[in-house]
Amino acid sequence: MSPELLKNIAFLVYITSTICFILGLKRTTKVSTARSGNRLAAVGMLLAVVGTLIELGVIDDYRWIVGGMVAGGLIGGLMAKRVEMTEMPELVALLNGFGGASSALVALSVVWSEVVEVATAEQTVAELVTGGAASAVTIALSVIIGSITLTGSVIALLKLKEKLNKGAPIMLPARHMINAVLLLAAVGGIGYLGFVAVGPDDVVVAALAVTAVSLVLGVLLVIPIGGADMPVVVSLLNSYSGIAAAMAGFVINNPLLIVVGATVGAAGLILTQIMCVAMNRSLLNVLVGGFGANEGADLGDQEYHSVTSCGPEEAAMVLDAAESVIIIPGYGLAVAQAQHTCRELADEMIKRGTKVTYAIHPVAGRMPGHMNVLLAEADVPYEQLIEMDQINGEFKNTDAVIVVGANDVVNPANTDPKSPIYGMPILNAHEARSVFIIKRSLSPGYAGIKNELFDYPNAMMVYGDAKKIMQQMTTELKEL
Amino acid sequence: MTGTLLIGVYVFVLASFVGFEIINKVPPTLHTPLMSGANAISGITLIGSFATAQTADPTISNILGGLAVALATINVVGGFMVTDRMMAMFDKKKKKS
Repeated sequence: MSPELLKNIAFLVYITSTICFILGLKRTTKVSTARSGNRLAAVGMLLAVVGTLIELGVIDDYRWIVGGMVAGGLIGGLMAKRVEMTEMPELVALLNGFGGASSALVALSVVWSEVVEVATAEQTVAELVTGGAASAVTIALSVIIGSITLTGSVIALLKLKEKLNKGAPIMLPARHMINAVLLLAAVGGIGYLGFVAVGPDDVVVAALAVTAVSLVLGVLLVIPIGGADMPVVVSLLNSYSGIAAAMAGFVINNPLLIVVGATVGAAGLILTQIMCVAMNRSLLNVLVGGFGANEGADLGDQEYHSVTSCGPEEAAMVLDAAESVIIIPGYGLAVAQAQHTCRELADEMIKRGTKVTYAIHPVAGRMPGHMNVLLAEADVPYEQLIEMDQINGEFKNTDAVIVVGANDVVNPANTDPKSPIYGMPILNAHEARSVFIIKRSLSPGYAGIKNELFDYPNAMMVYGDAKKIMQQMTTELKEL
Repeated sequence: MTGTLLIGVYVFVLASFVGFEIINKVPPTLHTPLMSGANAISGITLIGSFATAQTADPTISNILGGLAVALATINVVGGFMVTDRMMAMFDKKKKKS
């Protein structure tokens, strides 16, 4: 077949693939069609791969493509199969970093194949690459955005795992200055790499310098942001990796890459915005960072004065008498892997005629929707999960609230203008007749501040591991 | 050359609007799966990496290209599979109720 015909066939496949992606993404925004939407997008990806192979025609050698895909497919498949539901956010962050890295590598590879490996002493990147000046700029952009996505995602991953300074912000002195200088250096690098550096040696140095600056920038941009804001950061970096893919599309002049990269980039940005709204924070506010570092802020009294605690037996007695119970799950539930135990406790109460619902804060856990996924895994009926706005009016008519591993999302300090969480929407757990907080200790949550709820007279701490405590509660309840 | 660039920019801008428009209302339940699914789609850079790994010689450009293929495939395969796992849990729910 002639190359022209192959190109036309590939074009048709690309269009079909694009349609699959767009319809797939659209379907993913509704619960009933989400799974089929994701599969449709996967079909789109398969078509994209097939179309590209058709367009390339018979190439010299398939070992890199086949080898890379087999290795990558095995690793990716294993990671997806093995990961615990609780570690999902970390996996998404890691995969996103790989996507960004890949875009940067595509651009770097073009630098090597079209410039470094063929250039003579006096030619610049812009003179040599197929797309000319435009490609020179997009190569640099692809490297910069891809590299920032890679290191930013890795830092986000470490923060989610609480490996890095326990997830708390790391504030370098003069960090805004350092970031501004690095950003300027990266922007300058676009011009230098594309138009100033001549000959293979200079281009190599320029390409490596731009990569290095961007990698460092990715680290520095994310370290001052607190662990609680990581979901927003991961979502934003997800948007970046889409844009990096679009840039790579400009570099190799592939329309499908441009379309899909831009669509995902924009969709990621909107999703980031939706998450910010759910947390009542502005995107800028998140990105400037330092939330939870309490830079010179007056936090008032951080000591607890009137904390009461009780054991699982006493809690069970109250639960036995309660007509309505609301369970508020948080990240601690995920850490303790207590979702199944939690459902058993709920089932036991329901068997006794108690009305049990779950209150889901938009940012409970490490990502919006984290709790829904976790509880769905434990077969908790979908109808029992109630969103914040719908349930907040119910607390005052509720006999008992069980807070499992959640902290900042029930902190009534949000009405105090001096508090770092001022204005953040919370679940009004404190309005219930009694509140049981299952927690290991009085240590602060991600926001790093005291939880005023713990001092309330109707609040009782039940210290211990969430899973064990709930098991004991269930056992006690059965004996009553 | 300038023509293809302009068309590219044109397509980029229009596609961005498509992206903005499809995601308008998303129930919080789906934020994480949607993020994960969008992340898998951003692995589309995979097809870009093909163009950079076409010959057998172990040149630096080919090694970088091969590495790009592997990383993008991890992103794509891992991303779609893990998203499917998350969504399967909603599916199961629906059948039972």
